[in-house]
Amino acid sequence: MNEQTLQIRNGRLVDPANGVDARLDVFVAGGRVAAIGQPPPGFTAQRVIDAGGMIVCPGLVDLSARLGAIEPELAAAVAGGVTSLACPPDSKPPLDEPGLVERLVRRSDTVGLARVYPIGALTQQLAGERLAEMNGLARAGCIAFSQAKRAIVDTQLLLRAMQYAATFGYAVRLRPQDDFLARDGVAHDGEVASRLGLTGIPVVAESIATATALQLAAHTGVRLHLSRLSSAAAIGLVRAARDGGMPVSCDVAVHHLHLSEMDIGFFDSNARFDPPLRAASDRDALRSAVADGVAAICSDHTPVDADGKQLPFAEALPGASALELLLPLTLLWATQSRVPLLSALARITSDPAAILGIAAGSLGVGAAADLCIFDPDGSWRVTPEALRSQGKHTPYLGYELSGRVHLTLVGGRVVFEG
Amino acid sequence: MNAQKTPHGVALPDAEALCVQLADLIRPHLQPETVVVGIHSGGAWVAQRLYTLLGLDAEIGLIDVSFHRDDYRARGLHPRVKPSSIPFDVEGRRLILVDDVLYTGRTTRAAINELFDYGRPARIQLAVLADRGSRQLPICADFCPWRVDLDPSSELVLSLDDSGRLQWSLDEHA
Amino acid sequence: MRNPQLNANGELTHLLSIEGLPREVITQILDTASSFLKVSHRDVKKVPLLRGKSVFNVFFENSTRTRTTFEIAAKRLSADVINLDVTRSSTAKGETLLDTVDNLVAMHADMFVVRHAASGAPHLIADHLRRLGREDVHVVNAGDGRHAHPTQGLLDMYTIRHYKTEFANLVVAIVGDILHSRVARSDIHALTTLGAAEVRAVGPQTLLPTAIEKMGVRVCHDLCSAIRDCDVVIMLRLQNERMNGALLPSAREYFRCYGLTPAVLALARPDAIVMHPGPMNRGVEIDSDVADGPQAVILPQVTFGIAVRMAVMGILAGN
Repeated sequence: MNEQTLQIRNGRLVDPANGVDARLDVFVAGGRVAAIGQPPPGFTAQRVIDAGGMIVCPGLVDLSARLGAIEPELAAAVAGGVTSLACPPDSKPPLDEPGLVERLVRRSDTVGLARVYPIGALTQQLAGERLAEMNGLARAGCIAFSQAKRAIVDTQLLLRAMQYAATFGYAVRLRPQDDFLARDGVAHDGEVASRLGLTGIPVVAESIATATALQLAAHTGVRLHLSRLSSAAAIGLVRAARDGGMPVSCDVAVHHLHLSEMDIGFFDSNARFDPPLRAASDRDALRSAVADGVAAICSDHTPVDADGKQLPFAEALPGASALELLLPLTLLWATQSRVPLLSALARITSDPAAILGIAAGSLGVGAAADLCIFDPDGSWRVTPEALRSQGKHTPYLGYELSGRVHLTLVGGRVVFEG
Repeated sequence: MNAQKTPHGVALPDAEALCVQLADLIRPHLQPETVVVGIHSGGAWVAQRLYTLLGLDAEIGLIDVSFHRDDYRARGLHPRVKPSSIPFDVEGRRLILVDDVLYTGRTTRAAINELFDYGRPARIQLAVLADRGSRQLPICADFCPWRVDLDPSSELVLSLDDSGRLQWSLDEHA
Repeated sequence: MRNPQLNANGELTHLLSIEGLPREVITQILDTASSFLKVSHRDVKKVPLLRGKSVFNVFFENSTRTRTTFEIAAKRLSADVINLDVTRSSTAKGETLLDTVDNLVAMHADMFVVRHAASGAPHLIADHLRRLGREDVHVVNAGDGRHAHPTQGLLDMYTIRHYKTEFANLVVAIVGDILHSRVARSDIHALTTLGAAEVRAVGPQTLLPTAIEKMGVRVCHDLCSAIRDCDVVIMLRLQNERMNGALLPSAREYFRCYGLTPAVLALARPDAIVMHPGPMNRGVEIDSDVADGPQAVILPQVTFGIAVRMAVMGILAGN
């Protein structure tokens, strides 16, 4: 498909990277933003898109989305307005070989929907024992390195991994959780887990690993990003580090902004997450951190099939389908927390783009025309049929959510039209 | 007899007087070893009256037929099951089973079944305060002082009033 | 959210947990049990309530003792009882829990008595039956993970009521491995629902769940002060695998600190009763002199257990 020249008119342009929130037309040519407001000289639009009553924003950037089958998940991404996503390395097999990364990049380019940015494995097989070939993986397309959900138990090896990554200026992303303290845990170690007889994961499992990661990052000078924080304690440590001038970034999974341990109800496996949904006070601390810009939001999209969920709570697989819910749930949080749309959209566009160090999440003139047009008041019901992802499990099944994507562009091409 | 009148014109006799009549009917047939078994809850009250009026020696038995009811599948287990209490050996005994109202006969059937779980009685006779007809099983009362025909929508209920006297009432079902 | 144990008419259709059961329902079960208790003393120890019904004992975790009590209860209700040893058969072949349930439903099961190592497994089955539209099939939780063992909780309440009549002024101590105990959780829910004056959760920190006080209990670490003036002492079994190492230094030290001896029991009220869900570890959590002593009501618990299970099955199958 060739890039058309496009005029998107009558929309409200909300572009956090450029501080724009105004009724402005967007002109697209050659896959890029050609002009904002007035057409460039001699511009003729091959297609005019009327965005009256809608919001035009940069395509969403998702810091963490797992792809089972590539095509349906990327279709889900663009249906949710996500145009760039970082893919964690815990696929099967894990992304610890340059060849695997090249194949993923090639296949996602062929599908040609959202842009895929692989995160390479920090250690071989994610086993936390031997360093992965980070340089080779970076050459193949990895933009950062992580252990996904796996911990590096050996702190000396963690130190070495950071030192090695810092040598080349690679960013390290860690999901902080102490393996020993979290052993066999399936839910927040609190009143709900105690009542239901589920093995708990205490907050200290996260805060200790966070403190360790922060100390080692300060020691090695590596660029550190902490993924999917779940507790007030860990957020507090990140705030203190940032106040001390450390360039650490972090994100929060969108479900954790809304749900708490109470949502497990009577063993609802759709509320099984990793890290677990924690206490309401933790959730409130996460909301403040996102409102303050300390943390970005990710979908933590994890497609899980029925076989993985229709099991007793502790045996069920964690995670939920979320690419198509990232925008509505972010909007819901913004409304509830009275956060202006410009700041709210920054958490899922420009902030994650900056964390990933990719040229995305901006609609300045000359930027790639990755954008999303959505109706903020358009509501839809979350049903298995409505979700394009192969993962049909989310705690929001049956809910009516506001924020309906009307059209998504990647590189000036219409990749989704609702 | 100081009978009450109901809206439907059915005269309800005095229940305590009926107990006396019932005792009079039973007395000539009483054997030394006869024992009385009342069915919860109306039959139990009547059995208490008979115990006193007949001057029985043996303690009366009480029976709750909930575990043997044939409408369990449709209506479930009665929420207030009372323990059955048969404080004597049933084997070879002459029993008089006592209920307040004989209607379809299903309660009597359940009570007889329950009694057989305690042993094999020599004989069971049935004494009721009222027989309202409409039997659904081949069962009839041996002793009954009052026979009355009632509409199926009416329920004849025996209860204790505040002063502890037995009285009849008629509940209408839509 | 509807309580998953109740059907659309608000009647008890499954027994999954004591949590959320109204006081009246618990009392009704106990009252019904006392009628069934008499049945066990008769010549014919059977009533025909469940005649023609098929009760499947589905035990994913071995327990001959519990399975037997359910089997006796079901047979005294005249049900056909089928015991499935699922620990060996289906799961070993890769069949999921719900596959097993579907198979048994196809065999016209009327009731499942389920024991499973995972907390919440009976809820999953009940939810699955609801989605299949088979609310005529009933589930009785015979113990799931650390979560609940509601019939044990009910028989414990039956025992307490038998000896103490009223719950209102009772002080009850639950001693031992509460962390891993589904019995403790069921007892706590039942006692707080029935209005016991005080429930004490007693043990070292390693054996008490986080935030257990949110369930309405007082946490005690010292056995002597916890037993003082108690009306009821419920001792919990300490599993062998918990004795050595991570949670406790040794069985010997555990007995020294938390074992119920005659000297400790003397601190309780003179008429205090001692209960234990069995099987006991003599010399680990309880001294033989206490276990065999006049205040122990451990064997009556077993007798009451059958009547309580008959009551539960009789009520469920009728709803």
